[in-house]
Amino acid sequence: MRRTSPAWALTRGVLLVLFAVFFFGPLLAMLDYSTRKDGASGRTGHWWSQLVTNPDLRGAIITSLLLALFTVVLMLVLLVPTMIWVRLRVPGASRLVEFLCLLPLTVPPLVIVVGISNVYAWVTYLFGDSALTLTFAYVVLVLPFAYRSIDAALAAIDAATLSEAARSLGAGWVTVIVRVVVPNIWSGIMGAAFITVALVLGEFVFSSLLHFDTLPVEINLLGKSQSHTSVAASLASILFVSALLLSLSFVGRRSRGTKGTTR
Amino acid sequence: MSRARRLVPALGLVPFLLYLLVFLVAPTVTVIVLAFQEQGRFTLGNLQVVTSGTALHALAESLVVSVSTAVIGAVLGALLAYIVVTMPERSLVRRAVTSLAGVLAQFGGVTLAFVFIATLSFNGVLTVALKSAVGIDLYGNGWLFGIPGLVLVYTYFQIPLMVIVFLPALEGLRPQWREAAVNLGATTWDYWRRVAIPLLTPAFLGSLLLLFANAFAAYATAAALISQGQPILPLLIRSALVSEVMLGRHGLAYALAFEMVIVVAVVMLAYTLLLRRTSRWLR
Repeated sequence: MRRTSPAWALTRGVLLVLFAVFFFGPLLAMLDYSTRKDGASGRTGHWWSQLVTNPDLRGAIITSLLLALFTVVLMLVLLVPTMIWVRLRVPGASRLVEFLCLLPLTVPPLVIVVGISNVYAWVTYLFGDSALTLTFAYVVLVLPFAYRSIDAALAAIDAATLSEAARSLGAGWVTVIVRVVVPNIWSGIMGAAFITVALVLGEFVFSSLLHFDTLPVEINLLGKSQSHTSVAASLASILFVSALLLSLSFVGRRSRGTKGTTR
Repeated sequence: MSRARRLVPALGLVPFLLYLLVFLVAPTVTVIVLAFQEQGRFTLGNLQVVTSGTALHALAESLVVSVSTAVIGAVLGALLAYIVVTMPERSLVRRAVTSLAGVLAQFGGVTLAFVFIATLSFNGVLTVALKSAVGIDLYGNGWLFGIPGLVLVYTYFQIPLMVIVFLPALEGLRPQWREAAVNLGATTWDYWRRVAIPLLTPAFLGSLLLLFANAFAAYATAAALISQGQPILPLLIRSALVSEVMLGRHGLAYALAFEMVIVVAVVMLAYTLLLRRTSRWLR
């Protein structure tokens, strides 16, 4: 390893401070802005209390949290058995499944929204005009990220040997998937769930253009009349999502650690 | 084993494939087909709309935003990534930067718009502070709510994204290569010009393309920040989508969405090819 020269150490330190100011300065400004009285000096908790007391905002928060929950469940039900099944029984389809899962990275959400009106006419007909029907579209949006997380976990275990062992002991396929493989890829599943929640809580393209009141839509709407409340809600959302994603990087690190000790 | 029996396991994929057919493939195909249709008949008329003055202007502005934020993000992100790799692998700062980059790259949408509204809008914290302290008017003519504001705000997630995608390539540069070059009499400058930069160029260009596509397709931040006019392509698509019901201009939204998907698909294809080239020497 090369020794770090003092000049570079100093430059590096200065640059890191500048980056930190650029990234964290605005977040501190949000904290300041959202606790400031409108048009007067002094502090107030009024804007933050709006998160609970403003019925529209509260409703939007509940809607977004429910959407996150439903999307996680549907995504896992759809993706986990399929990916395990592909690995164990239909390896020839793995390229196709990968291609389809990563396709939403190439087709922007805005394009899907433009083309989805016919599909959503049916969805509304079958399930009613509820914001929770957004779940169907959100599963597609989170697919690439969920796929990568689960795929990495699956690649780290020997799923074929595990399933053969279980099958030779008399286990059925459901048992193999639910009780043998899933517990071994749990970190990947948690990662997929976390990133799904993070993406759903911030999703705006579908909800605004299909006219459903989710948290980002409500934040945007409130921005016109009471921007302090919008900033408070944005900061709350950012902190929550950041905590989720940060814990994700720790989950990933720990699972890598245990892999090293068991092998 | 008979052919039929071999096909049975493939049936397990049917629910997944059907789901994606309905919610991903069908909408995409709808856009592509209807971009060339008017009242059920084939037409190239919608493409005329795409080449009209308004649409071309929106495309040009979109390109300005995407190219400038991709270049700024790539250069600053590569710098930050380089700072990170020169630190010891176990250093706390290094681990913090990589973790935070993963979080910040996911930022975007409406909440990011309000990050900068709280900071730089007319009543924003920095605007007010600078006005009262040194009398500088940061708000100006409202640049935050136009193209310059968009460039600044997009940079906020482009830099961390660059760190994530470019860091593996920088980490893949082995110290042995540098030692070998030095043993052969190379100076630091020779090493960078003849070894490191040629090796990193595909990865850098690939990351640049990814950043471009990322900015080009971004919608939510722009929609929250810019409420007047449709200066960029995604916002023009919004107005076409919202107004088409009233005006009966069915083809416009499809044609513009088709334009967007073509640009993004071409860029992502080039990205994939460059990535393949990088992975040849990585690891």
